[in-house]
Amino acid sequence: MSRNSIRDTFFEECEELLEALVEGLSSMEQDPDDMDVVNAVFRAVHSIKGGAGAFALDRLVSFAHTFETVMDKVRGQELKVNAELMHLFHRSGDQLADLVEAARDEREPNAESEAAILKELDSYLGEADKDDSFSFDAVTLEFDAAPVEVEAPEEAEAEAEAEAEDGALRRFDIRFKPGPALYANGHEPLLLFDALAELGDLRVAADLSDLPEFDAFDPNGAVISWTLQLETTEPETVLHEIFEFVESLCELDIRENTGATTPALMDAAAELPGLSPPPAPPDADSPIAATDPPDARGDAQRGEARGPRPTLRVDLERVDRLINTVGELIINQAMISQRIEELELPAVAHLTNEFEAYKLLARDIQEGVMAIRAQPVKPLFQRMSRIVREAAEATGKKARLVTVGDSTEVDKTVIERLADPLTHMVRNAVDHGLEKADARAASGKESVGTIRLSASHRSGSVFIEIGDDGAGLNRARILEKAIEKGLVLPEAELSETEIDNLLFLPGFSTASEVSNLSGRGVGMDVVKNAVAALGGRVSIASTPGAGTTFTIVLPLTLAVMDGFVISVADQTMVIPIASIIETIRPSQRDLHAVGTKGVVILVRGAYVPVVDVAFNLGLSPARKEAGDGVLLLVSTESQGLTALRVEAIHDQRQVVIKSLESNYAAIPGVSAATILGDGKIALILDPEEVVKLQPAAPFFPAITPPKLELRHA
Amino acid sequence: MTTKVLAIDDSRTIRNLLRISLEGAGFEFHSACDGVEGVEQFSEVEPDVVITDINMPNMDGFGVIETLRSGPNRTTVPIIVLTTESGADLKARARAAGATGWIVKPFDDASLVSVLRRLTGHMV
Repeated sequence: MSRNSIRDTFFEECEELLEALVEGLSSMEQDPDDMDVVNAVFRAVHSIKGGAGAFALDRLVSFAHTFETVMDKVRGQELKVNAELMHLFHRSGDQLADLVEAARDEREPNAESEAAILKELDSYLGEADKDDSFSFDAVTLEFDAAPVEVEAPEEAEAEAEAEAEDGALRRFDIRFKPGPALYANGHEPLLLFDALAELGDLRVAADLSDLPEFDAFDPNGAVISWTLQLETTEPETVLHEIFEFVESLCELDIRENTGATTPALMDAAAELPGLSPPPAPPDADSPIAATDPPDARGDAQRGEARGPRPTLRVDLERVDRLINTVGELIINQAMISQRIEELELPAVAHLTNEFEAYKLLARDIQEGVMAIRAQPVKPLFQRMSRIVREAAEATGKKARLVTVGDSTEVDKTVIERLADPLTHMVRNAVDHGLEKADARAASGKESVGTIRLSASHRSGSVFIEIGDDGAGLNRARILEKAIEKGLVLPEAELSETEIDNLLFLPGFSTASEVSNLSGRGVGMDVVKNAVAALGGRVSIASTPGAGTTFTIVLPLTLAVMDGFVISVADQTMVIPIASIIETIRPSQRDLHAVGTKGVVILVRGAYVPVVDVAFNLGLSPARKEAGDGVLLLVSTESQGLTALRVEAIHDQRQVVIKSLESNYAAIPGVSAATILGDGKIALILDPEEVVKLQPAAPFFPAITPPKLELRHA
Repeated sequence: MTTKVLAIDDSRTIRNLLRISLEGAGFEFHSACDGVEGVEQFSEVEPDVVITDINMPNMDGFGVIETLRSGPNRTTVPIIVLTTESGADLKARARAAGATGWIVKPFDDASLVSVLRRLTGHMV
């Protein structure tokens, strides 16, 4: 492990610590008197400081130090937590995260906000705390000078300055008689002498007069004492510092010798090098050597599992490689399966049984590998608390974030790519969704608005909801705006859902002037596209006076999906099963022609437009008869229920998704590609896009998308 | 015989850094991520010297020192506190509990190694 990779682990650890910090701060908000939580928060900041010091990240260190000092006052119950302080802690946590990030990316952090927060933190500190400013350089220097008992640098320096300005040589006489406890605490007189010797010219004499006869020797006793003489420019306090850890364990007498005479003792006795170290015996009541295992205690505790479950850190690249290989395995298995079928072997029952078992195993491996990439949405949600805070501050509103289901696991890539859209939606929820405090009070609501983020798994999909308890969408205003912007014809009659969906149109923004918060040139259309790129959908539900909820529905994984293998214009293609509501083999009497080209089908009393997939993709349909083929009923955002006509359905199977963009180029109506059992490449269709490709006018104005039908030409 | 060091620190970064410098210097390195695990490891590893942090979950550094320095099995091996703290009151507490020394983080590799070598009397 190199120092660089340790640096990486440090930043990984920082992320965990920052998460723990955010979590701790929100628990603190609920119960500021829970000292376990306060301690955990303190430790998180403290550990970041400790690690940062090792990499000389001075700004990070000094900010963490100030933060930690204020937190320590809370810990010591000198400081009472109130809403204001809590708010400062949150901001400090955010700032700390920024500093960590800046340090990791080796760029300059935002000095302005840092200074502002430091100033506020400082206001909670007394003069005494400020003096105790933190500097690592000095410590390191001090460390070199006195190896064992390193003194806090600031004290040592201050005193050294005060007392030893003249730099004159002083002579100290030291009498040092260790007690048994000195050896029991692991001390070694020789080391103390070494430290003293670094201060100047040291002479040591051992007093062996208390040494008993050999027979009477008590190995646990401390029988040797020393007399030392030190000539140094250092003040007396420095000497005391060296003895700091043993002073209570020995008889110690240090006095400055102002006389010119040298005590005779010094010359007479043995000098240090000739003296073997005294025995460092265990204490009298402990005859067992210290290194003997205290086994009873150890055994009792060893068996228990304790603390968090062990984890293994793996390079993401390795996981992705594994996922890719497993994907190939699935494809390979499909190929073998097909080959076996083609062979038409006699009596293959046992072979197919074995092969079924192999299939199951392959699927298990695949699910296991997918689970590696799955991560809880918690860190993502936690980041949103900051967004809520900042947005509330910028808009002068009061808001809090409530998260539900943050242990829900989602593919890592989904989490990463969801960060931006989610940030935007959460900002919007505060900026546009929530009312100002007085307006809330007027409508009888709590003055603090609630943003609710929830995640859950439902029927093979991940649901993420962003809700606010604000005023709900102002549909009249949205419609007015859309008409004003020429997105909708003035005479158009739109349902509530259609009006809500206007928000997703490119270039739509309800705020009369672009606020510097939500309006950063990014609209909900960008959110929608980002979610669509992940194979997901966004929908809106809004109740006037009660709030708005956006729901994002995403597939569980991006790497495989269940699909129908279909034929379109004699080409094999795949369509995601998740998008198909039902399949219909149409009878001629249910099909009705509309206009010259349009066809609708009557499905349980409702007319559903039929879209010919081959036609929309620009391929020549193999058969012209309307009654031929199979219809796949899908629900699209733009056009509601639609029946997609394909030639045939061949199979239902799991396919490994291969990106088309990264291997070829994007094709309209096609979301990706896959490799089938026979080794051929098949395109995976995106029903939503296929429907949109429709070149002809849509069939029913009432269910057509405002985007297509109502826009000015 | 190699000299065994037990480092108790809740920071993975610090444990890794210690591991690099001490293994590089020829020590046998063991570590624990909190006080409780540290005390357990102590009886298992039988180290020649202990390095402990102060601020840790479950059991802090004072707890470690007190535990190791008390009871019938109390140890005489050197226990060095390695921490970012430098307050006099904290040092006094560590001293009273039986700490052998106090080093303020960040530590300097060479100095730490020389301190440990001298403390353990082994020229590893």
